[in-house]
Amino acid sequence: MTENKKIRMATIWLDGCSGCHMSFLDMDERLIEIAQKVELVYSPYVDTKEFPENVDVTLMEGAIGSDHDLELLHKIRKNTKTLIAFGDCAVTGNVTAMRNTFTVESIFQRAYVETVDTPPKMPAAPVPTLLPKAKPLHEYVPVDFFIQGCPPNADLIYYILTELLAGRKPGTEVPMRFG
Amino acid sequence: MTPPLATVPLILTLTIDGQEVGAREGQTIFEVAKENNIPIPALCNLEGLPNLGACRLCVVEVKGARRLLPACATNVSEGMEVSTTNEKLQKYRKMVLELLFAERNHTCSVCVSNGRCELQGQAQAQGMDHVHVPYLFPKQLVDASHPKFVADHNRCILCQRCVRVCDEIEGAHTWDVMGRGINSKVITDMFEPWGLSESCTHCGKCVQVCPTGALFEKGKSVAEMVKKRQFLPYLNTMRKYHE
Repeated sequence: MTENKKIRMATIWLDGCSGCHMSFLDMDERLIEIAQKVELVYSPYVDTKEFPENVDVTLMEGAIGSDHDLELLHKIRKNTKTLIAFGDCAVTGNVTAMRNTFTVESIFQRAYVETVDTPPKMPAAPVPTLLPKAKPLHEYVPVDFFIQGCPPNADLIYYILTELLAGRKPGTEVPMRFG
Repeated sequence: MTPPLATVPLILTLTIDGQEVGAREGQTIFEVAKENNIPIPALCNLEGLPNLGACRLCVVEVKGARRLLPACATNVSEGMEVSTTNEKLQKYRKMVLELLFAERNHTCSVCVSNGRCELQGQAQAQGMDHVHVPYLFPKQLVDASHPKFVADHNRCILCQRCVRVCDEIEGAHTWDVMGRGINSKVITDMFEPWGLSESCTHCGKCVQVCPTGALFEKGKSVAEMVKKRQFLPYLNTMRKYHE
């Protein structure tokens, strides 16, 4: 099989904790099997700077919390055939969305003024601006598949990826739930 | 000796999912289905508490009825033809769950009931993979004023099991519902902090019957809250013998 016949896959983590990506790595030796079928074109695991065009599958971890996240989401949706919401933050907002009942100003006040030992300083450009609420991906763009879990366990990730790579729609053989 | 005819419950015959079943007059579809090992999903219903019909997860299709009917609040009748599982019901059950998730802040991953929650379990059982409506992220109260228990309204689904167990089993009626529609909330006494309630007996029955992590024991962390409900059949049996 030549290199360009591989499935072009990307992964990204936005407003999340990287736990889903850690769980991805927990596939251990099965990663070798996955690697034979896919070319990882963009990911925190590799060093590509710009999100490429013509991506077949993107696993997106994290909620949409900042203007930068939102810009990336729209670009990735445009460049990706199958967009997968990867983990509870991407599917529901999860822990990331727990800030949503407070204003951004009051959160910044708590994080950068009330609880710091050093002279207080608010984050400014080029740090992305927080949106008023952290929201799941599908509230902005159509999402093709949802993987629940905080984090989704490695067996579930493996099952869903191998089913999708084989051109099948994943069923419920490996149970999936929130939390 | 033959008892007078009036005291003999009328025996009815109906079909549930094509299966012929017998039932006594006055039984609900939910009870008859359960007796015949036909599972119907439910959240507000709990054996030993009076039926309420609050969650709408147990909706079933009855031939000839123009709308879906809650199995827990619909009595059986002769010749009734009930469907408990089909695509339409699945769609509505998922919708019920999605609305429950959207109208409060259910963060399963950091909940005391993670892995043991009935709402979380039903979402999995019904194949609810995401919530189609926008989340509301409402500001909700957390009442930690009680010395033993906490009420986290972010996780409440308004099933009113706490209200029913406190009124009907414990006899205290500390819990009730305040407000209407989406603004409804369960309250203690006259919407006073739980810890200041004069009617609360500190029995904890409300905590044990709560299907989610909305009511839990103080000191329990993520996934640590195990609800113990053995008292419910026990007290109901005792009561029956005393009547």
